Amino acid sequence: MDFFNTLLLTLRLAGVTTAILLVLGIPIAYRLAYTRSFLKPVFEALVSLPLVLPPTVIGFYLLIAFSPNSALGEWLQNNLDIRLVFTFEGLVLGSVIYSFPFMVQPLQSGFEHLPPHLAEASYTLGKSSWVTLWRVLLPNIRPALLSGIVLSFAHTVGEFGVVLMIGGNIPSVTRVASIAIYDEVEALNFAAANQYALTMVVLTFVFLVLFFRFNRRSQQWITR
Amino acid sequence: MDHSISHLNCSLQLKDSQRSFHLEVDLQLYQKELLALTGPSGSGKTTILRILAGLEKRAKGRLWVQGELWQDSTKGLFLAPQQRSIGVVFQDYALFPNMSVVQNLQFALPKTENHTLIEELLEVMDLQELKIAYPRELSGGQQQRVALARALVRRPKLLLLDEPLSALDTQMREHLQGFIRLLHERYGLTTLLISHHPEEIQRLADRVIVMEKGKIIDGSLTQEARPKGLLLRAIWLVPQNGLIRVQLGDNELQMPQSAKVFSDYLPGQEVWIRMVSAVGFEVCD
Repeated sequence: MDFFNTLLLTLRLAGVTTAILLVLGIPIAYRLAYTRSFLKPVFEALVSLPLVLPPTVIGFYLLIAFSPNSALGEWLQNNLDIRLVFTFEGLVLGSVIYSFPFMVQPLQSGFEHLPPHLAEASYTLGKSSWVTLWRVLLPNIRPALLSGIVLSFAHTVGEFGVVLMIGGNIPSVTRVASIAIYDEVEALNFAAANQYALTMVVLTFVFLVLFFRFNRRSQQWITR
Repeated sequence: MDHSISHLNCSLQLKDSQRSFHLEVDLQLYQKELLALTGPSGSGKTTILRILAGLEKRAKGRLWVQGELWQDSTKGLFLAPQQRSIGVVFQDYALFPNMSVVQNLQFALPKTENHTLIEELLEVMDLQELKIAYPRELSGGQQQRVALARALVRRPKLLLLDEPLSALDTQMREHLQGFIRLLHERYGLTTLLISHHPEEIQRLADRVIVMEKGKIIDGSLTQEARPKGLLLRAIWLVPQNGLIRVQLGDNELQMPQSAKVFSDYLPGQEVWIRMVSAVGFEVCD
C-alpha cells in the first residue's frame, strides 16, 4: 500500500506542479520573449537560477523562509492558516520554483522562433492579444509546449534535494519515490529500493516514448 | 479635414547601440490612389508602413485617415492596430501555419460579417481549389495571394503592402502585380506599396515617393510625369564590357554606355537614374 501511495503522491506532485507551471509559465515566457526592456537579462537570469543552484540551496532557503519560526512562516500560519514546511503544499511550491526554467525556457524559445510578424498580422486583423495568444501563437508552438510539460513533469518526478529539505519523509504526505529509494537503501532494503527504481525507469521511459512520438507529429504538422 | 485625403505628419527618433535613426515625414495619400514608396534599405519605408498600421507607437505627430484622427501624440491619442481600418501584407506573408487557407481568411472575418466576401475573395484570387490546403503546402506565389485576400477580409480603408513580391521570381511577380492592381481597383482601396523594383512601380503605381535616410526626397512624381520616366536613386558601379551598371535596391541594372562620359562618377557613389521603359535607364545629374 505504501508503495502505491508513494508512487501516487509522486505523480500527483508532478501533475499539480506541471499544471501550475503551465499557467504561470505561458504569460511569463510570452513577456520575456517580446519585451524590449533593458532588464530582460536580469529576469532571464532569475528564471534560470534554479538550473545552476544546487537543489539543497533552494530547499534550504524555502525551509528557512517558511518555517513557523520565521516572520513569513508565522504570518502565513496565523493569518491564512497555511503551513508550507513538511506539507504537500510546501512540496508543490518548492517544485514549482525548482522546475520553473524547465517550463519557461522552452516556451520562451518557442515564442522567439515564431515568424516575426505572426502576432502583428493577427493584431492588424482586429484580434486582441488574448485571442492572438490562444488562436495563433500557442497552437504554433505546440512542440515547445509539449517539451515544457514533459520536462517539468519529469524533472519534478526526479527531484530529491528540494523535496527532502522542505518536505522531509512523511509517508503519504511528503514521501515521494526518490526519497523512498534513498530511505530503503539506507535501511539496506535493496529489494524495495529496486521495486521503486524499476517502476520509475519503466514509467518515465514510456512517458518519454509517448512524448517523442507526439512531438514528431506536431513538428511535421507545423514545418513549412 | 478632407475625407478624400489621408495625412501623416510625424517624426521618430530611434537610437540603439548600433545606429541612430531619425525619421521626419509629411505624407499625403489620396483616396483610391496606389502610392509606391521606394528608396534604399534603411530609409524608413517600412517604418512609415508600421506607423500607419499602428505597429510603431513611438512616433510623434498626427495621422488623419479619410476624416478620422487615428493618432495625435499631442493629445495622447493612439488607435491600436485592431481599431484601424487597415489590411497589411507583410514581406514574409505571416500566414498562420496552424490554419488552412480558408481558416486564415475566416480568422480575419469580423463576427457580424457573413462569409460571402470570403467566397468572393477566394474566387477573385483564384484560390478556390486551395481552400483546405495549409500554408506549408503552398508555393510562394500562392501564399502571397492568400495573404492579399486575408488582408481584404475586413474591407480596409488602407491596404499596406511591404515589399509583397520581393521573394518571388520575375514571372510570378508579374502575374501577382495584376492581382494587386485588380484588387486595388475592384475594392476602391487606398494602397501604399513599398517596392524596390522600378518595373513594378512603373506598372502599378499612380504616384511614387522616394525616401532616403528617413526623409522624403522626392514626392512629386505623378502618373503625368511618367512619360519622362521615373526618377530613382541608385548606386554607381564600375562600367563593365562597355555597359553602364547601377545598383537599385537588390537589383543590378545595366545598359550600353552612351557617348556621354560618366568618368566623373565613382564606384559606390549615389546617382539619380531615370527609368525609361523602352531604353532601360539614363543617368541624370
